[in-house]
Amino acid sequence: MNIAGIFILLTLVSFLVFFVRNSLKYFLSLFILGAGIIITCLWSLPVLLNKDTIEITIDLPFINDSLRLVIDKISAFFILVINITIPVGFLYAKGYLKPYYKTKTPLHFSIHYFSYIWLYLSMILVVMIREGTAFLIAWEMMAISSFLLVIFDAEDRKVLKTGISYLIQMHVGMFFILVAFLILEKGSGKMDFDSLPVYFSQHSNIILFLLFFIGFGIKAGFVPMHTWLPRAHPAAPSHVSGVMSGVMIKMGIYGIVRVLISLQSDFLVIGLIILGISLISALFGVMMAIMQHDLKQLLAFSSIENIGIIGMGLGLGIIGIAKGNHTLSILGLSGGLLHVLNHSLFKSLLFFNTGSVYQATHTRNMEKLGGLMKKMPWTAALFFIGSLALCGLPPFNGFISEYLIVIGMFKSLPLADLNHSVVLLCAITSLVLAGGLAIFCFTKAFGITFLGQPRSEEAIAPNEACKMMILPQTVTVLFILLIGLASPLFVKPVFEMVTAGFYITDTIPTVESSIMNLSKISILSGIFIGIVILLLVYRSFHLKRRLVTTGPVWGCAYTVSSPKQQYTAASYSYNYNYLAKPLLGTQKIMEEMEEEEIFPGERDFRSFSEDMFRTKLIDVPVGRISGMLKKIAVMQTGEIRHYILYAFVFILFVLLLTFFNLI
Amino acid sequence: MMAIILMIVTALVFPGIILRVRSLASGRKGPRLMQPMKEIAILLGKGSVFGDTTGIVFRIAPAISLSAILCSMLVLPFANQKPVISFDGDFIFFSFLLALGKFFSIIGALDTGSSFQGMGANREALFSMLIEPAFFILLATFAMFTGYTSFSGIFSHFNIAGDYYVLLFSILAVYIFVQIAVIENSRIPVDDPKTHLELTMIHEVMILDNSGFDKALIHIGSYLKFAIFGTLLYNIFATTGMSTFLHVVLFFLVQIVYAVIIGLVESFRARNKMDKNPKFILTILAIAWLAFVLILTMTSRLI
Repeated sequence: MNIAGIFILLTLVSFLVFFVRNSLKYFLSLFILGAGIIITCLWSLPVLLNKDTIEITIDLPFINDSLRLVIDKISAFFILVINITIPVGFLYAKGYLKPYYKTKTPLHFSIHYFSYIWLYLSMILVVMIREGTAFLIAWEMMAISSFLLVIFDAEDRKVLKTGISYLIQMHVGMFFILVAFLILEKGSGKMDFDSLPVYFSQHSNIILFLLFFIGFGIKAGFVPMHTWLPRAHPAAPSHVSGVMSGVMIKMGIYGIVRVLISLQSDFLVIGLIILGISLISALFGVMMAIMQHDLKQLLAFSSIENIGIIGMGLGLGIIGIAKGNHTLSILGLSGGLLHVLNHSLFKSLLFFNTGSVYQATHTRNMEKLGGLMKKMPWTAALFFIGSLALCGLPPFNGFISEYLIVIGMFKSLPLADLNHSVVLLCAITSLVLAGGLAIFCFTKAFGITFLGQPRSEEAIAPNEACKMMILPQTVTVLFILLIGLASPLFVKPVFEMVTAGFYITDTIPTVESSIMNLSKISILSGIFIGIVILLLVYRSFHLKRRLVTTGPVWGCAYTVSSPKQQYTAASYSYNYNYLAKPLLGTQKIMEEMEEEEIFPGERDFRSFSEDMFRTKLIDVPVGRISGMLKKIAVMQTGEIRHYILYAFVFILFVLLLTFFNLI
Repeated sequence: MMAIILMIVTALVFPGIILRVRSLASGRKGPRLMQPMKEIAILLGKGSVFGDTTGIVFRIAPAISLSAILCSMLVLPFANQKPVISFDGDFIFFSFLLALGKFFSIIGALDTGSSFQGMGANREALFSMLIEPAFFILLATFAMFTGYTSFSGIFSHFNIAGDYYVLLFSILAVYIFVQIAVIENSRIPVDDPKTHLELTMIHEVMILDNSGFDKALIHIGSYLKFAIFGTLLYNIFATTGMSTFLHVVLFFLVQIVYAVIIGLVESFRARNKMDKNPKFILTILAIAWLAFVLILTMTSRLI
């Protein structure tokens, strides 16, 4: 029995989750995931480190067919991304799901664990399968299993509704991919990723690419295809949102990369399209994120921003190929792909810890939180590391990928012509602006949630998340720090992957100088940490010999200060809102004060910003269609004679048409 | 190493010069040049009072902010001398490290849970993040002009003794650098450190509750930031082919002029209305784009 056989066996064993004892369900699932991870690591790590592509053919039981799995460097990289976050999420789930043991039946848990396993398996299959039909089946399994994971709390009608809207949008995306595959089959005779280059060398590249881009882009969450993201993430349990945002949306990126490596012409137009959409995604994502008061929604919008950054890297890389600028191609593509790994790490970390906050306080509304750091120091520390990494600050991993993208642009500036340099400068401005706004967003998210004083009863006495929830996340933190501090180790394989995948030649000078630069960044980061430690040690030494007291915080001579006087999430973004209002259309609902009202009573204030893309692209058309359908529903009378009449009219109609030879 | 020593020396006298110029302009004699340093020494000698709602973030934030500023000094060159560490894109590291310092000072302020500090924190966050692109655009224009992507590469190949266009460009660049420095350090016209009302402050209101050692660190950080931007300014002027001694003399001359200009601006100009600040910052961003257009013309890409 070979490894592939064990892999098939795992898929069959996963059904056992439904039949084993309650207490064993979790451990059986953990065992299956563990086995799957070991197998796929055995396949992918050698490929990533030195070997060439490997091919595995699995004879499927029951049907007389075989499944061809191909692992090249790109597949191996994405397998690595999946393999880090999936187990951490599942270990975290053990603690997170504990409160649900009382309210949910064993069947609920069986379905949940089963879907989790199958989400993992389907993602692994998606990145390994090249053949169109099998790919679509795996893609569909991924959509369905994630749908089942999202609706874990389906007793809540809102969750169910969100889940169904998610499922529909996934299938819209699937439809585009299907159409793209059919066009591919018609043009090249085979429905296979491997036949893409054949098609692209004979036909126009743009149309097929756009179909794939829209289909995969819906999964990835590029603006304006992002509308499912900010709704599905808050609805799902936290370990699921972490995995979905960290890993599953990256499958969309994988699909786009798979198409990009096969492109034969039209590089410039395609690169500009990707870059343009990514710039909008990055800016729109972070601008909306700042306005959110729901922590998970904030993180969901920030995912859109990061997908934008990844897309920028890819778009710049393709523009580089078009211009024959190898430096830009390799740095842009590597930066974008490294950001895939980085984002999967810090975003899952942020989602997991938001889950811990939710479990402890039963709210995700920042306006009700505050001061959690004192009660939940570990959760706060993990969230903090995630925030710093997400903002792209050294010495964490987010900086490395953003650095690669930015330096790629800077290095190609001296040789760029007019149009090219304007494009590059727009990209630099947007990327830096998005980075700056991300800092604004996450000082708000961390500061309002974890610092200051509790803003409501819920936040006063929360319990720290249990060890089972915190310990697995140290793995993620370890990777975040490793990539940040020892970047050459991780960037080198990524460079090799990009060079091999995109057939970029003449990369050695760029790769060598970049590795040199990155090692200098590592040294500087080390120096920075050294200075911090020295200064902090000296500080504690210094303060020991001096009088240290505590006293009330300055309240402008007002002595009876209360937590209600703190800055809130809404007031923190007030100044920003003043600027962004024309773009985001922020609205507020409040009762104005009456003139004769001397003692004002209680009143509500609510501010929110509608996602204009969602309103214009989803809500309005859906509303129109259902309005039309309602009018047609007049025919649905429920009386049988009417239906007979309809049948009669229809037959008459057909008869008339044939009589006049129209059909 | 030279750059670091010079920056530290500059930071010692820079605030004193500004103070003296302000006093003279308003008809007073003013304190001695080293008075700000004496105040830091006093602060260092004092004990500390921490707000009872504050946590660990409030306590470690000033030290980490200062570390970020200290570490960012390592990549700065001085005239013809190489910095301690130089690599392609060191200005990216430089700028992001300063942003890290800012991140810590912002959340340090939020840790107090007071309404004033939140106010300062969000203003500082917004304004300094809006100005970030201007710095990158300016460096992009430098990179386009010189063909290098590190501080030392750019400055050692940027020579204003060329033609008038280069002079025009460097005037624009100096203007933008000065404005970035003003915004980074929260001085007039964006913020007035000497204002008396908390509601109108930006930076000062963030550090209301810091005392003793931590407050000293914050002040040291802001003085060093002046010196950092002063060094960047000097590097634009520095032409190759001069002796190091002459460079040092010129360096201090430029720093003094820079401090005098800031002092004069602060004496005769009022602070912007708070709503005007974003417009002011975006104008600087537009000027940075203007520098880009100028470079396009100079490198004959445009015409």
